[in-house]
This record gives sequence, structure tokens and C-alpha cells, in this order.
Amino acid sequence: MSLTALLVDGVTVRFGSFRALDDLSLAIDYGEVRAIIGPNGAGKTTLLDVISGITRPKQGRVLFDGATDLTEISEAAIARAGLRRKFQKPSVFKGLSVRRHIAIGADVGFRARLDAPALEDRIDEVLEIVGLADQAGRLAGELSHGQKQWLEIGMVLASDPKVLMLDEPVAGLTDEETERTAALVRALRRPDRAIVVVEHDMDFVERIADRVTVLHEGRTLFEGSMAHVRADAAVVDVYLGR
Amino acid sequence: MSRIGPTSPIVLLIGLIILVAMAMAGLAGTEFALSRYLANAIGQLAAFAVLAISLDLIWGYLGILSLGHGLFFALGGYLMAMYLLKHSFEITATVPDFLQFMGWKDFPFYWAGFEFFPYALAVAVVVTLLVSGIFGYVSFRSRVGGVYFAIITQALVYVAMLLMFRNDTGFGGNNGMTGFTVLFGWPMGTSGMITALAVASLLVLAWVLLGCRWLVGSRFGALMLATRDDETRLRTMGYETLRLKLIVWCLSALIAMLAGMLYVPQVGIINPRVLSPELSLEIAVWVAIGGRGHLVGAVIGALLVNAVKFWLSSAAPEIWPFILSGLIVLVVLVFPNGLMDIAKFKFVRPMGAKRLAADLGESRP
Ligand SMILES: Nc1ncnc2c1ncn2[C@@H]1O[C@H](COP(=O)(O)OP(=O)(O)OP(=O)(O)O)[C@@H](O)[C@H]1O
Ligand SMILES: [Mg+2]
Repeated sequence: MSLTALLVDGVTVRFGSFRALDDLSLAIDYGEVRAIIGPNGAGKTTLLDVISGITRPKQGRVLFDGATDLTEISEAAIARAGLRRKFQKPSVFKGLSVRRHIAIGADVGFRARLDAPALEDRIDEVLEIVGLADQAGRLAGELSHGQKQWLEIGMVLASDPKVLMLDEPVAGLTDEETERTAALVRALRRPDRAIVVVEHDMDFVERIADRVTVLHEGRTLFEGSMAHVRADAAVVDVYLGR
Repeated sequence: MSRIGPTSPIVLLIGLIILVAMAMAGLAGTEFALSRYLANAIGQLAAFAVLAISLDLIWGYLGILSLGHGLFFALGGYLMAMYLLKHSFEITATVPDFLQFMGWKDFPFYWAGFEFFPYALAVAVVVTLLVSGIFGYVSFRSRVGGVYFAIITQALVYVAMLLMFRNDTGFGGNNGMTGFTVLFGWPMGTSGMITALAVASLLVLAWVLLGCRWLVGSRFGALMLATRDDETRLRTMGYETLRLKLIVWCLSALIAMLAGMLYVPQVGIINPRVLSPELSLEIAVWVAIGGRGHLVGAVIGALLVNAVKFWLSSAAPEIWPFILSGLIVLVVLVFPNGLMDIAKFKFVRPMGAKRLAADLGESRP
């Protein structure tokens, strides 16, 4: 197995004449938690959209495990290959129960594949991890903002993904919830998993990230440890200093 | 998986439908039997209720609005009419009006075999699956949804109407097909036949309700709701929503076709007006009024609106279009969930909105 989980190779995304991603290249390894930061509109969400197949780039490719070009397969196929992503805007199914969400995330297919007891165990386990065990029977539409964020995280990690992408997982959360999310992300780190986190909360990023990529106007401005990021004049200038 | 208690609305409704069917069958021929008019009206209403369910399945549970469901209803209706005419001709040698009108001596070649009901049924199923399958695949494949899909379905039913208005197609033209005299070897128009058709429609309605309830309560049904609520979210978890949508869309078309097959022998005629955009809009109004995403609501909506329409059609037919338009405006602007909103508003608040919502909500997992 290659150590590189994702290789983003010369990706350009245009919206009209505007380049949301501009010949962007970066590599994300197994075993790391990679934070992607940058000012609003830097292209962070667009990058995740490209990786998850929602946006097709004009140019470039995204290699998964060194072999599969994700720009050529469907969103569903990308997910089934082992990539999962939490959206920036909490995306849950308002008419379904919390429990059902985890079932949908854990056991992919029109018909159940896992046997019932195994699935139930897995659901209980995930609900415990994301702290929603006491909400299992509620409809997602009735949950608070923070609970929706956690539900979506639970739903995407239920399948034990090889690549886990989280777009602003602590936006709108309380300090205590943020703290728990940080602990969760660190606990999910595994040698055979890559975790990509987009976030604006620098203290949170500092706690979870092994490496940080700073995006600016669709390009990489800087890559390194959080300590180096904070020390970099260009980063301070376009992002942190403001 | 949702559980259905013995007093949940859907169980009560199915029980009621079966009870009415049994009572009608049992009392037939006695002095307590319903009048022919009433029995016939019940049968037609049951067919409309089946049609409403077919639309609710894709609109309420999958979020896909079709404003052209009259197409599949008409497909079933026309193919049933072809069977009836061919069968009647075989037994009584009555030449259908439209053939005489066109000066044709014999049925066109593509009417061959229609005197045999299983063949007519098979053709109806195959044609419905072909039309809905191809149209659905092309639309869902290119991710056409929402308003655009609704508009295209409306255009489709309109094109079909224009086509059927032509007299040279061999499907009855603007006069349509009528003069059905025999069904399964029995004379039509007798009280016995009217009762039998109404009872059959009620039983089909009960079955369709039961089947759809089972479907929406299953794992597949949960995925339907997930597709409705956030299709991209579901797709990016590994689900091919195209397949799911196509399956439900074709199933819905089949149910609408079935409703058409039940409807035509009871009303005794089919003509291109069944394909008018208004009728297709009206189906959406039934469902909207009953509260989409609730099977019981769809049935109640179909019954209520049609009861008013039946009554008005004798009292003041010219105001029906105004009433219909008014209902559309009301549902869109004031009660997006139809009767469910009104129920919650009026009676429920005091005794706990949660409980009634839970009772009514058979869409809930
Ligand atoms: N579908 C689209 N059509 C047109 N422009 C778009 C589209 N999606 C994104 N953009 C633009 O591309 C740029 C990058 O957007 P993106 O959402 O990737 O930013 P971001 O880094 O995630 O920002 P934020 O921190 O605010 O979430 C923005 O200027 C945005 O307006
Ligand atoms: Mg973003």
C-alpha cells in the first residue's frame, strides 16, 4: 500500500472566468491529520468537492491509493472506495431517526448486508462515540445545530472510511463541544486512515493537525506544522493577521 | 423500522376500505344495496385514490413532483378500453363507433390479441415500464429535478394529448373510446357489474395501500426519504440514487396505470381529455391537500376533492376551475402540508402537537 492516500495533481476548477482552484497540487498521507486553512473563498470546500466527485475539475487529477483517478468515477463509487466527507453545512435527513442515519452510513446498499445484530452493535458503538446514544430515536430535523454536526460525523465514520474529510466540524459549536470534537478526531487517527479537516478555528487546528496546508486564491500558500504556519509572514499577512 | 399499531390511521383506513367492500358485496341484490349511482361513485373514487397514492409515492416520499401522471393513468385506461372494445366486439359483434366514424371495416393490426385480457394487461405493463423507464432514466441521468422535471412531465402529457386527439391513430381520436358492453364475459352496466367493479377497486386500493406502507417502512423506504431530504448527502455515502429513483418512478407509473385500468370500465369512456394538463395538476392537488408524504393523506385528499367535484359537476360545473385554482393557491401559500397543517393548527396544539404528528406520520421511521 502506498503511503500517500490522496494525490491532488494540478487541479484547476473554474466558475466562469474565476479560478476557485488554480493548478493546485498536494499530497495527503495515511496516518496523518491534515488541516486545510485559509481565508473565505480560498477554495477549501471546492477542493473537498473535487475529491468527493461533486465538482469535476477542468484540469488535473486526484489519485486515490496511487491508482484510482477520482475525477473519473461517480460520487457513489468514490464513497464506496472508502472516502467519506462531512459537509460544511450540516447535511442530515430531517425525516429519518438518528439511528437510521448511522445504519445508512454503516451498511451501504439498498438491501442490508450486515446481519442485524452486527449492525445494531455497530450503530450503538458509533452513537456512543459521537455522544448521541440518548438521542437515537429522535428525528434528525429536531436536533440542535451541534447535534446535527455530530450526527453527520457519526454517519460518515460509521463505515470506517480510509479517507475522512471534515468541512468545518466545529463551526457553531460551544467550547466544550469543540473540545470533544478535537478528542474525537485525534481518536480516529489511524495508520491506515487519512483525515482531512477544513477549519477556521486555529486553536482547534493546533490541537488536531499533524500538518497544515494554507490555501489562498486556489493555490497552496504554505505547508508545514502549525507552529511554522503561525510564524510565516505571508500567512499572517493574508489570513491570520486579519 | 416503524411499527404500525392497531389504531394507526393507515390500519384503520385499510380496515374501513375492506369493510365497505365486504358490505357492498354482501348487500348486493338486497333491499339495503347502495344505489347504482353511489356504488359507481365509490368505485371511481377508489380508482382516484389509487392514482393519488401513486403520485404521493414519488412526490411525498421521494421529492419528485410529476405534473404528468395522467399519462400513465391514461395508458392503463386506453389499453383497458382496447380490451373492452375488442372483447365486446367478439361477443356482441358491435363495431366501435370510432371505426365506423373513420369508415374502417376492421380494427387496425395493432389491436390484434387485445380481446385476450392477460395480453392487454401485459402490454399495459410493458408499455408503462418502457415509457416511464426511458423518460425517468434520461431525466434522472442528466440530474433534471424539481421544477424542471415537473415542467417536462407536464409537456409530456400534453404531447400525448395532442397525439391522441388525432383521429387517424386508431385509438379513438377526439371522441375517444366508449360503448363497452362486456367485461370478462359478463354484460356491463348491470347493478351486479357496477358493484363488482367498485368492490374490486376498493380491494385493489387496500392492497396498494398495504404494499406502499410496507415499502416506505422498509430500509428501501428510509433511503427514499433520505434521497428526498438530501440526495447529494446520500450519494456521497455510496448510494446510486439514480437506480433508486428509477425503481420508484416506474413503480409509481405502474400504480397509476392500474388506477386507469380500474377507472375506465366504471366511467364507461376514455378520451384524450384524461391527458389534459389540468387533470395531472389536479392529482397533485389531491396529494397536496391530503398532505404529501402521508399515504392516508393522499387517499383523503383524493376523496375530499373529488367528492366536491362530483357534487359541483351537477350543482355548478362552471365554478370548478376557480375552486381548483383557489385550492392550489391555498395549499402553496398557506398550508404547504395540506390537511396535516390544518390538523396540527386547530386541534392538536392543545393536546400536544407531537402526539398527533406521530400518529399521522406514517413516514416516520
Ligand atoms: N458553484 C459555484 N459557482 C460559482 N462560484 C462558486 C461556486 N462554488 C464556489 N464558488 C466560489 O469559489 C470560491 C471558493 O469557494 P469555496 O467554497 O471553496 O471557499 P472556502 O475556502 O470553502 O470558503 P469558506 O471558508 O467561506 O467556506 C468562492 O469565491 C466561491 O464564491
Ligand atoms: Mg468552505
